[in-house]
Amino acid sequence: MKIPLIYNVRSIMQRPASTVMTAVSIGLVVAVFVAMLALATGFRAALAKTGSPDNVIVLRQGANDELSSGISRETARIIATFPHIAAGEDGLPLVSPEIYVLLNPDRKTGGIGNVVARGVDDRAFGVRKGVRIVAGRKFNSGASEVIIGQRIAERFVNMDIGDSLEFGGRKWAVVGHFASDGSGFESEVWGENEQFMPVFRGQVYQSVIFRLAPGAALDEVKRVMESDPRIQVSVRDEQDFYTSQSGILSTTLTIMAVFISTIMSVGAIFGAINTMYAAVASRSPEIAVMLTLGFRPRSVLASFLAEAGVISLIGGVLGCLFALPINGLATSTTNWQSFSEVAFAFRVTPGLLVAGVVFAVVMGLVGGFFPAWRAARLQVVQALR
Amino acid sequence: MTRGRLVWANLMRHKWRTLLTTASVAVAMFLFATLRSFGTTLDSLSQFGAANRMVVRHATAIVFPLQMSYVQRLATVEGVKGVSWANWFGGWYQDPKVFFANFAVDGPSFLALYPEIVVPEEQKQEWLRDRAGAVVGVDLMEKYGWRVGQNVVLNGTIFPGEWQFTIRATYTSKTRAFDQRSFMFHYAYLDERTNHQAQPGWFYLDIANGDDAPRIAATVDGLFKNSNAPTKTMTEQAFQASWMGMFGNVRTLMNAIGLAVVFAILLVTGNAMMMSARERTREVGTLKAIGFSDGTVGLIELAEAGSVALTGTLLGVGAATLLWKNIRVAAIEQFIPGFQVAANTMWISAAIALTLTLVSGLVPALRASRMSVVAALRTVE
Repeated sequence: MKIPLIYNVRSIMQRPASTVMTAVSIGLVVAVFVAMLALATGFRAALAKTGSPDNVIVLRQGANDELSSGISRETARIIATFPHIAAGEDGLPLVSPEIYVLLNPDRKTGGIGNVVARGVDDRAFGVRKGVRIVAGRKFNSGASEVIIGQRIAERFVNMDIGDSLEFGGRKWAVVGHFASDGSGFESEVWGENEQFMPVFRGQVYQSVIFRLAPGAALDEVKRVMESDPRIQVSVRDEQDFYTSQSGILSTTLTIMAVFISTIMSVGAIFGAINTMYAAVASRSPEIAVMLTLGFRPRSVLASFLAEAGVISLIGGVLGCLFALPINGLATSTTNWQSFSEVAFAFRVTPGLLVAGVVFAVVMGLVGGFFPAWRAARLQVVQALR
Repeated sequence: MTRGRLVWANLMRHKWRTLLTTASVAVAMFLFATLRSFGTTLDSLSQFGAANRMVVRHATAIVFPLQMSYVQRLATVEGVKGVSWANWFGGWYQDPKVFFANFAVDGPSFLALYPEIVVPEEQKQEWLRDRAGAVVGVDLMEKYGWRVGQNVVLNGTIFPGEWQFTIRATYTSKTRAFDQRSFMFHYAYLDERTNHQAQPGWFYLDIANGDDAPRIAATVDGLFKNSNAPTKTMTEQAFQASWMGMFGNVRTLMNAIGLAVVFAILLVTGNAMMMSARERTREVGTLKAIGFSDGTVGLIELAEAGSVALTGTLLGVGAATLLWKNIRVAAIEQFIPGFQVAANTMWISAAIALTLTLVSGLVPALRASRMSVVAALRTVE
C-alpha cells in the first residue's frame, strides 16, 4: 500500500525554514542553468533570424564569411541576370550586392567595439522583409547618410539621429534607426553600397543577396551558379549561413551552462541530502510505526523520494520564477566567428523552463535517494526504542 | 574535555553531514573563485602595457591598413625614439578551425621594443639572418611538437596560398599578458612574397617619456588627419583595454553567477548548521548545567560553523588557485591568456567565509546561549 502524498506535504510544512532553504538553493541552481541557456538561445535565435529561408547569399568561392569574401561588379551583374531571382513589384530582380566592413566605434561605457557596416542596395529593403525604420528615415541614395540598428544605437556614441559618424575619411549623418525582429542586423550600421564602396575596399562587393523566385529550388540555383564558368562563387541559403556563424559561441555557452550548473548542483544535492537525512532521523519513530503497521519498505522509500521530489519541485518552480525576469534583457557580445559585435536578448523559452524543472527534480531525487533508502531499511525495534 | 575537543566531537557526530557541507562550501568557492577570475584576468590584461609604448592604428578600424611611408614621419615626432610595424597574417596550420596568433613584425625593432619577450641570443641572430624564419612561443612549439630548424607551412587567409617558414627561434614571455603561443615572422618576407603590396596593420612607437603620450597621440593623429588612412594613436595599455570591451558583459554575467553560487551555498550551510544545533538542544542544557557559560556555549556553535566554512573555502579557493596556475586550458587561453585567480579574489573569499560563519552560526549560537537550562533539557527530539 502506498503512503499518501499528503503525509509528505504536511511533513514539509512542519519545517518551513529548512524546506525553504533547500528549495531556494535548488532554485538558484535552476535559475543559473536557465539563465545561461537563455543566453545561448537568444544568441542563436538572433543569428538564425538574420537570414531568411527564401534568400540566397552568394560569396566568393571558398569564403566562409562575408569579411573575407569579394565579388566584383562584373560578377554581381552576371548574378542579377539569373532567372531564379524573384522580381519585385516593379518587375526588377530583388537582388542586393553588399559591402561588409567592420568599424571600431567608441562605446558609451568606454572602449571600442567591432560593429558591422553594411553597404546595401536600395532593393535590400525589399529583399529583407523584416527590416523597417523605427525612427527617422531611410538614407537617401547618393547622400553621405547612414541608418543604425536599434540595438546598438544606445550602446555607442554618436549614433543618435542627428549625430554624425566619422569613418572612411568622411562624415556620415545618422538619419534613422531600424529594427529587424531582433535579428543580427539590428547590431549593424547600414548605408548605401555605392557610397561605402569607394571609401573602403575599392571596386568590390563582399556578397550578393537575392530573393529566390517562387518555385525555384536552392539546389538548382547552387548547381547552376557554381558551375557557371564566368563567375567563381559559392551559393548558400542565407538563414543557414547566419545560423552556422552562431555555432562556436552558442556551443561554448551551452557547454559552460552545463559545466557551471553541474558543479553548482553538487552543492544543491548535498543540501537536499542533509535536509532529507535530518528529516528521516527526526522521524525515525514515525517511520517505525508505519513499518509496523504494515507499510512496505518499498512504500517508505517511495514516500521519502516523493518528499524530496516535492521540495525540489518547489525549488524548480522558484528557479524558473527567478530566471523569468531576464527574458528579453538585452546584452551584447562579440561573435568570434565573424569578429563582430552582436546585440541580442535573453530568451527564456517554455522548453528551457521545463528543462529547469526536470533538472531540479533530478537533483532532488538524487539527493533524496540515500536518506529514503535509510528510512526504508530502518530497524523497527531500534527506532521505536 | 576542552572546548576545542567539544567542537571536534560535534563535527564528528555526523561525519557525513560535516563532510557534505564542507564539500559543498568547497565546490561553491571553487566556482566563485573561477568565475571571478574571468573579470580579474581581463582587468590585469587591460593593464598590460609599458608606459613607453604606444600603438598607432587606422582611425576607422584595425582591419584597414596604414601606409609604410608613415614610418619616416612618425620617427620625426618629438619624443618618439623608435618605430616598429606589424601586420596580422591570420594563417592556419593543418586545420583551418584551429586558431593561433600569427603576424609579421619588423624583427630588430620589435625585439628591441619588447624586452619582455625573451629569445636566446644565438637563436635571435639565426632568426634575424633568415628572411623566411619565424620565432615561435614555447607553448605553441610544445602544442605542435615543433623543433627549432623545422619547416612549417601556414595557409594564408588574408594572404592566400601556402607559406613556408623555418622556425629559427623560440621565445618565452616574462609577462603573462603576452602569451607564449604566438607565431611571428619577418614583415620583409610578407612584403616580398606579396610583390611589395604589404601594408602595415599597425605601428608601435617607442617613446622617451610616458607622460608625453597624450601630446604624441594628438600630434600623430594630426599629421595624418587628412590622408587616405587617418590614424588613431593610443598607449599600449589603452589599446589592450579597448579589446577587452569585446567581451561585453561577460564580467557582469560571471559575477552574477558567482553571487548566486555563494548565496545558494549560504543556504545549504545555514540549513545544515541549524539542523545540527537543533538536535543538540538537550546537550546545550547539560553543558550549561555543569557550568559552561552562555558565551562559551554560543562560541562552540559558532566555532563549528566557522571550521566548516573556513575549511571549505580553503579547499575550494586553494584548488582553483592551484589548478588555474598550473593547467592551461587552450579554450580559455585563446581568449583570455594568463587566466588565474587574483590575490584580491582570495581576500574576498576569506570575507565570504567569515560571512558564512556568522550567518550560518549566529542563529544557532544565539539560540544556544540564550536558552535556559530547564527549557533545553525539557526539549523532546
